Amino acid sequence: MIRNFSTAINHLILAIGLLVMIIPVWIIFASSTHTSLFINTNGLQFFLGDNFLENYSRVLYKKAGFFNEITALKMFLNSFIMATGIATLSVVTSLMAAYALVYFQIKYASFFFWLIFITLLVPLELRIMPSYLVMSKLGLVNSYIGLILPISASAIATFFFRQFYKSIPEELLEAAKLDGTGSWKFFIDFLIPLSKTMIAAVFIFMFVFGYNQYLWPLIMTTTEQYWTVVMGLKTMYGSISDRFAFVIMSMVPPIIIIVFLQRWFIQGIFQNK
Amino acid sequence: MKKVQFTSKYSQYFFLAPQLLILLIFLYWPIVQTFRDAFTMQDAFGFGSQFAGFDNFLFIFSDPSYLTAFKFTLIYSFVITLITGSMGLLLAVQANGIMHGKNAYKTLLIWPYAIAPAVVGVMANYFFSERYGLLYSLFNNLWGFNWYEDVFDAYIYVIIAGSWKQISANFIFFLAGLQAIQKTVIEASIIDCKSNMRRFWTITFPLLMPTTFFLIIINITYAFFDTFGIIDTTTIGAPGSETKTLVYKAYIDGFRGLDLGSAGAQSIMMMLIVLVITIFQFRYIEGKIHYN
Repeated sequence: MIRNFSTAINHLILAIGLLVMIIPVWIIFASSTHTSLFINTNGLQFFLGDNFLENYSRVLYKKAGFFNEITALKMFLNSFIMATGIATLSVVTSLMAAYALVYFQIKYASFFFWLIFITLLVPLELRIMPSYLVMSKLGLVNSYIGLILPISASAIATFFFRQFYKSIPEELLEAAKLDGTGSWKFFIDFLIPLSKTMIAAVFIFMFVFGYNQYLWPLIMTTTEQYWTVVMGLKTMYGSISDRFAFVIMSMVPPIIIIVFLQRWFIQGIFQNK
Repeated sequence: MKKVQFTSKYSQYFFLAPQLLILLIFLYWPIVQTFRDAFTMQDAFGFGSQFAGFDNFLFIFSDPSYLTAFKFTLIYSFVITLITGSMGLLLAVQANGIMHGKNAYKTLLIWPYAIAPAVVGVMANYFFSERYGLLYSLFNNLWGFNWYEDVFDAYIYVIIAGSWKQISANFIFFLAGLQAIQKTVIEASIIDCKSNMRRFWTITFPLLMPTTFFLIIINITYAFFDTFGIIDTTTIGAPGSETKTLVYKAYIDGFRGLDLGSAGAQSIMMMLIVLVITIFQFRYIEGKIHYN
């Protein structure tokens, strides 16, 4: 009896927590299925309307932005290119750098260690203006490379891989060395297959991180052709139901990724902290 | 580092090179530039600049709007850490207390973590707008809420917007921390101490210390940097500039006001703050917590 009662309390508190999370998103979603006229006269809605398909397809294909030069579809494409680029580049460079740091005797090893990890103290937000000036000197404003490279300049993924490598038993390398395995073969045939879960986790983490960038694309794009979803949200004009629909669509990709790949994500990132 | 390692003449540099190259061009170059900006004074027309010593730093500390941003950032990170930490812990303890459905709750509560702060801000905007806002009219009826004019109300607005999604991250980490505590420890404590409440604060919570301190750092970093997207899509600093965080102010001064010297000095002050937090984390916290 007491046991049942306390379980009921547990579920009750969790349900309240769930509602706090779900209701705001639900209200925006429900409102996005009504016409703008209806919203403007009746305010936010809790129940679904009839205009779901009409509103969402209009938002996807209609040209929007300051100068009506870009569709939401193109913004999604840009966001995906940016996020995939950032995730791929971070995983590849960090995997390699962490390998060198953990598995090699390096002259001035601690110098390289600090050169990489001290950058964790300087997030992009702190060097935004000079970064912009550097990019414009290099002629990379309004380009995918410009959107991708500075965000990939992060040691956070290297940190994750380094932690992971350190947890691999010493015996693996000892055995491999006895067999005469070289550093390249060890990396490609042993370490990469072992790191699969970690690679997936870091890729997911960096993809969502890249997709969710707001400030950097805001600064790096002066033509609408390179707008991304998250930065376009604030600037995109349209009727109120268009904006609701776009807000909902913008959350879908990262939510799907995190929810469906959470097992890998939680294993890799959360249990390796 | 490993006891057994590879020795090679060049391979290690090959592995290091791609990351170092990207870091040098896209991170170190701008950082060097930041330091140069911070110690030079540019004339108003951008024609020339000269070495200014610590003038930019003296300037920001004599600037009341900088101190306002400083105060707000401290309050903001403290309140967000407190709210998201306690809510996350409360929910995690409930989820850990039930026998069935732990994973369902994990899935149902993890997704807000994935949403960009800027998207959360745009959403919050609708709930707090004078025209459509449900929360605006609710609070307005209760105590005459008006964030356009009242500083305290604007605080409430950005705190709610800033805390919402971060509860999710706190929940996930606390739940992982709770699940990592060994069953035998809990079982033994049940024999010694009948009160659930007392057992939680004397046994479970101390064992959660590593997670708690880790989350404090995560939440502070979030409140300092990631909330940029929230401020820029909600109050933009309104009513006056009372809800500008340090990062937001540095951006406005540098990018909109084109005052590179001041923005550079502000960035360096922020780096110092992050440095202090990091040292604190390593020296103080790592040494004083009991890991199980």
